[in-house]
Amino acid sequence: MYYNKKIETMERGELKKLQAERLKKTVERVYNNVPLYRERFDEYGIKPEHIKTVDDLKNLPFTYKTDLRDTYPYGLFAAPMDEVVRIHASSGTTGKQTVVGYTKNDIDVWAECVARSMVSVGGTDKDIVHVSYGYGLFTGGLGIHDGATKLGAAVVPVSTGNTARQINIFKDFGSTILCCTPSYAMYLAEAVKESGTSPEELKLRIGIFGAEPWTEEMRQEIEKGLGIKAYDIYGLSEVCGPGVACNCYMQNGLHVQEDHFIPEIIDPDTGEVLPEGESGELVFTCITKEALPLIRYRTRDISSLIYGKCECGRTTVRMTKPCGRTDDMLIIRGVNVFPSQVESVLLNIEGVSPHYHITVDRVNNLDTMEVAVEMSPSLFSDSVKVIQEKEKVIKQALLSTLNISVSVKLVGPKTISRSEGKASRVTDMRKNK
Amino acid sequence: MEIYQVSVFVENKSGKLADITDVLSENGINIRALCIADTADFGILRLIVEDPHKTEKILMDNGFTVTLTKVIGARISDTPGGLSTVLRILSDAGIGIEYLYAFIEKTADRASVILRVDDDVKAETVLLDKGVELIDGDAFHE
Repeated sequence: MYYNKKIETMERGELKKLQAERLKKTVERVYNNVPLYRERFDEYGIKPEHIKTVDDLKNLPFTYKTDLRDTYPYGLFAAPMDEVVRIHASSGTTGKQTVVGYTKNDIDVWAECVARSMVSVGGTDKDIVHVSYGYGLFTGGLGIHDGATKLGAAVVPVSTGNTARQINIFKDFGSTILCCTPSYAMYLAEAVKESGTSPEELKLRIGIFGAEPWTEEMRQEIEKGLGIKAYDIYGLSEVCGPGVACNCYMQNGLHVQEDHFIPEIIDPDTGEVLPEGESGELVFTCITKEALPLIRYRTRDISSLIYGKCECGRTTVRMTKPCGRTDDMLIIRGVNVFPSQVESVLLNIEGVSPHYHITVDRVNNLDTMEVAVEMSPSLFSDSVKVIQEKEKVIKQALLSTLNISVSVKLVGPKTISRSEGKASRVTDMRKNK
Repeated sequence: MEIYQVSVFVENKSGKLADITDVLSENGINIRALCIADTADFGILRLIVEDPHKTEKILMDNGFTVTLTKVIGARISDTPGGLSTVLRILSDAGIGIEYLYAFIEKTADRASVILRVDDDVKAETVLLDKGVELIDGDAFHE
């Protein structure tokens, strides 16, 4: 099933033509309306008329998150405020928040991207869509809300928090599709179990999760815990919000809505475009946005692109599940470590709870990394020896994947904080030293 | 009846042990014997109580990680060499001891020892053969 069959199954040559047309218009738009882009293009000696095909994209300069901060709040807007109908902002956990804007058309396009995503994982207008993303400045809540509305589904705008009520609503309202962050889905699965409810008693059948990187192992845990199929939706507020790309029911990569966003994979150090299939930093160019059409925006997410036709029939390029962000990467004693690698290792060990926390520190000029893991009934024993052997198994598994030795700390059950939004799994003490 | 020991995971943080004993106290559970195994980052509290199954459930409902283990209780004389007698019997039979803890009884000149061994069936047999009095679980689990 498709929401927009013509676009989603368009022959690639035709799609490239459509993208080129839209790219040209967008480049003109930002050159004429956004001083930062005009200056930067001039610096590079680029005039809008130099951009003729999608391949010319690689000659354009990048846009960085700092550009949004430097022009805070509206400096990169390419539409006048009378055309802007919505403003969202990022949480600003790593500095000043970034502000993004939408025209009426931008909101429509965004909603269609989300509607396409929902249909591609099997959603229909008969579904009851339970939105547990936060509503507000964060794009998750309203973005999914508008998309599900466009699809014609019944939207339950629960927002985050009050987990007991979320479970009652699952039961009483008969929610069939759950949308939230994967870490909150994990928390909800745990809470469902604790409430003595079996997943079969719920009508939930599909989960659409995004806004933070999560592993294949986490997907399996959530699917088991809630009795659903779990799908990955990708997006970032700078590009539009959730719906830039989404899994189809094949669960093999995320289809990018290429008629609106052109993805590239680059080497984050050199900025060179990497050959198909190679893993690197994901870069997006918005080609239909009016209020904030960012050119070659550096997402800092790490992924790769698959151009082959998908078994679902869609011809759009697929991005692989982002395995982390360039800025999430920890450098421990010179070795690159992603929190997602730790998650993968832990979830592959029988009986280890999916809740963990990484603490990085520097002791006597040496980086240390400690992974706190919750004690679970299957790790526990009356014998110290048995527990220490299991601890050693975890340590060994981490060592063989990460190539650094890590200390494991067993902590009490439920002592690692559960997240209702984006999980914070790393504390880097080195930053305060 | 067999003796079941309740083992509880204790995070190595101040107040964690009291959290457990508070729950026991609130639920009227009397501790008959206990020992703590400690490592650098966690501990295991081992308890002998009247109703191990009920205690296990209460602790689990309060969010603790708990396990029940079968242990052996032996009566020994509260005199020098009392413990040695029992340990020698087990060692002669090639039975390994994981851990043990002992306590004296309120009445009589007797002490009791709780033993966690690698082969409890064999241990029970050899101890009985040598005339050691084993404690019936009912003595604790009333």
